[in-house]
Amino acid sequence: MALQTLWFVLWGVLWAVYFMLDGFDFGACMLRNFLSRDELDRKVALAAIGPVWDGNEVWLITAGGATFAAFPATYASMFSFLYLPMLLILFSLIARGAAIELRGKHDAPRWRSVWDWVLAVSSFTAPLVLGLGFGNIFKGLPIDLTGYRGSFFMLFNPYGLLTALLFVLLFLQHGALWLRYKTDGELGERTGRLAGILWFLVLVVAAAFLVLTGFATRLYDNYLAQPLWIVVPVLAVAALLGVRIAHSRGRPLGAFAASCATILLVIATGLVGLFPNLIPSSLDAAASLTIYNSSSGPYTLKLMSIVAAIFVPIVIVYQFIVFRFFRAKVTRTQVAEGAEGY
Amino acid sequence: MGVEALSRLQFAAVAIFHFLFVPLTLGLSMLVAFMETRYARTGDETWLRMTRYWSRLLLINFAVGVVTGLTLEFQFGMNWAEYSKFVGDIFGAPLAIEATVAFFLESTFIGLWVFSWKRVSRGAHAAIMWVVASASTFSALWILLANGWMQKPRGYVLAGGKAQLVDFGALIWNPYAWIKFFHVIMAAYTLSAFFIMGISAINLLRGRNPQLFKRSFRLAATFAVASSVLIIVAGDLSGLQVAKFQPTKLAAIESQWKTEAGAPFYLLQLPDPGAQRNIIEALPIAKGLSFLAYHDVNATVKGLEEFPPGDRPPVMVSFLGFRLMVALGFLFVLLAVVAAVLSWRDRLASKRWFLWIMTVALVLPYLASELGWIVAEIGRQPWIVYGLLKTADAASRAITPGDVLGSLICFLVIYSALAVVDVFLLAKYARRTED
Repeated sequence: MALQTLWFVLWGVLWAVYFMLDGFDFGACMLRNFLSRDELDRKVALAAIGPVWDGNEVWLITAGGATFAAFPATYASMFSFLYLPMLLILFSLIARGAAIELRGKHDAPRWRSVWDWVLAVSSFTAPLVLGLGFGNIFKGLPIDLTGYRGSFFMLFNPYGLLTALLFVLLFLQHGALWLRYKTDGELGERTGRLAGILWFLVLVVAAAFLVLTGFATRLYDNYLAQPLWIVVPVLAVAALLGVRIAHSRGRPLGAFAASCATILLVIATGLVGLFPNLIPSSLDAAASLTIYNSSSGPYTLKLMSIVAAIFVPIVIVYQFIVFRFFRAKVTRTQVAEGAEGY
Repeated sequence: MGVEALSRLQFAAVAIFHFLFVPLTLGLSMLVAFMETRYARTGDETWLRMTRYWSRLLLINFAVGVVTGLTLEFQFGMNWAEYSKFVGDIFGAPLAIEATVAFFLESTFIGLWVFSWKRVSRGAHAAIMWVVASASTFSALWILLANGWMQKPRGYVLAGGKAQLVDFGALIWNPYAWIKFFHVIMAAYTLSAFFIMGISAINLLRGRNPQLFKRSFRLAATFAVASSVLIIVAGDLSGLQVAKFQPTKLAAIESQWKTEAGAPFYLLQLPDPGAQRNIIEALPIAKGLSFLAYHDVNATVKGLEEFPPGDRPPVMVSFLGFRLMVALGFLFVLLAVVAAVLSWRDRLASKRWFLWIMTVALVLPYLASELGWIVAEIGRQPWIVYGLLKTADAASRAITPGDVLGSLICFLVIYSALAVVDVFLLAKYARRTED
C-alpha cells in the first residue's frame, strides 16, 4: 500500500476513534441537565465521564497533529478555509473542558448551574460544527486554483445541516447509552428510555443522510466503481440495528459497543467515498486537495508511520486498561459519600 | 492592521496566556509526585496533606492549561496556513509525536490519578503522578524541538518552495532545542518552587497550618536553589547558541549597533532605535559581551549595522525584555538561597518581612518566563523560521483582517473570563488548608 494511502487510513482512524470516544462525552453532557432530577444526579452523570474525557479529547489533538504532519497542505487549507467553524469548535471545547473540571470546585448553586449550562451548550455546539464541517467536506468546498471562494454562511446548506444533525443525534444516542451503562437506579432507567427514542431519530436521519448523499455529493462514485465497499455502509446500518437489539434485550454494554461500531462505520462510509480526496473542490476537480497533492514527503510519512505503528497500539492498550479499571457503575450512594473526583 | 499583524497579536495573546499555566504544571506535578512518594514511603500524614493541598491547585491549573493548549495546535493552520504549508513536512512531525507519545499519557493518567485515590495502593498512586509529570516534561520536549527548529532549522532541504525533512536525527538532536528545553524546564521548576513558597509564605503569615507550610516552603526553597542556579547555566548556554546561530537576535537583545572585537558589556545601557545607537552606555565591563556571547574575550560581536534594517528584530522590546529577564534570574538565585537558609534553620516565622517578599515574589517567575518567550520569538523576527521564511509570508490567505480581529476579541474575552475563574479558584483553595 502506498504511504499516502496508509496515512489516509490512519487519518480516518484517528478521526473516527475521536468521534467514537469524545462522542459519548458530548452526548452525556448534552443530556445531563435534562436527565438529572437533582444535584446528585448531575454529579453522577459527570463522574461517568470524569476519568476518561480528557484522554478522549487527545484523539482530536492527534488527528490535528497527524493532519499537519502527513498532509500539511490539507491542514493549512482545512483550518484556514473553515476559520470561523474552527473557532466555534475551539471555543466550545475550551468551554466544555473548563466546565467539566471547574464546576465542582466551588459549592454554590449559581456557580454550578452556570457551568452546567456552559457544559450542555458547548457539548452541543462542538459536534454540531464538526458535523457541519465534515458534511461540507463530503460535499466539497468551493475552492478553485486561486484559493477559497466560499463564506461561512454557505456552510449552512441542507446537506451540511443534515450531517450536523446526524452527528448530534449519533452522539446523543451514544452518550445516552454510555450513561445507561454507567449509571443505575432511576437515572439509568430514564436514560435508557431516552436512548430508545433517540434510536428512531438516528434511524430516520441516517436514512435521509444516505439518500441525500447520493444527490449532494460524489461519495457514491467510489462505491459504484468498487461495489465491494458497500459492505461498509451495510455494516453501519447493521451496527445501528445491533444497538436496538442489544438495548431492547437489556444489554447496556452491548448497546454501547454497537453504538461505537455505528459511529466508526458512519465515518468510514464517508471516508471510503472521499478517497483519495481530503478536501474535494466543488468547483474544479483540479483544485481538490488529495492525499497525493497535499502530503508530506516519503521520508516524513515513513517516519510518522513508524511512530504511529509503535505508539498508537500502546495508547489503545493503556486507554483500554483505564476504561476497564473504571468499568464499575457510578452510583448515587458513592457520589453522596463524597467519592473521588468531582 | 492586516491579517499578519493581527494574527501575530492573536498568537502572542494565546501563547502567552497558555504559558501562564504550562510551567506550573511541569514543576508542580514533579513536586506533588515527590510529596506523594514521601508519603508512600514514610506514611507521614503531613506529606499526604501536602500532596492533597498542592494537587488541588495543580488540577485547577492543569485544567486551564489543557483547554488553552488546544488553541495553539490549530492556530498554525488557521492563521499561518502559508507557514504550515512551508514547514508541514518537518514541523508537523514533532507536534503529532508530542500528542501520540506524551499528551495521551499525561491526559489519561491525570484522570486515573484523580479518580483512584481509594482504589490503588499509596505507592501505585504516587507512581501514576510520576507518569503524569514525566509525560508533561516529555511533551514540553517535543514542543521545544518544534520551536527549536524554527530558531535553528536543520536536517532539511528546500524542494518545490517547501522545507522537506531529510534527517530526523538532526531535528531531534538540535542543540538549540535541547538547551531551550533545559532552560524552560529549570524555569518551570523555579516558577513552581516560588509558587509554593509564595503561597506557603502568606499562609505562614496568617498562621494557618504551620507544619504543612513550613515543610512545603523548605522543600520548595531547596528545589529553587538548584533550579535557579541551573537557569543561569542554561541562560549562558542559550546565549552561546544565539550568538552562533542568530546574530541578529544577539545584536538586538544586547543593543549592539556596531561590529566590535572584544566588545564591552555595559551594565547600564539604553538603545535609541531611531538613531541606531545607544543613548546611555555606562559602567562597562571590558570585553564582557564578547566573553558572554562567545566565551572568548576577543571574539567579534556582529552589530545590527551588518544587517539591512528589514532584517533586524525590534530592538527596544528585545533588549529590555532580555535585560529584565536576566535581572530577575539573578534575583531568583538570591531569594532562593535566603529562603533555603532561613527555612532550614527554622527562622521563617520570625522573619515576617521576608515572608511578605516571598508572597509578592510569586508573580516574578511568571513575568520572567513570559519575557523569555517574548525575547525568543520577537528576537527571531522578521523571520518565522530563522533565515528561511519571513513572518510576512507566513499568514493565511483565506482569512480577512475582520475574521482575525473578531477571533482575537473573542479569545481575549474568553481567556479573561478563564483568568478570573482561575485566580478565584486558586485563591479559594490556597486558603483552604484543612481537608
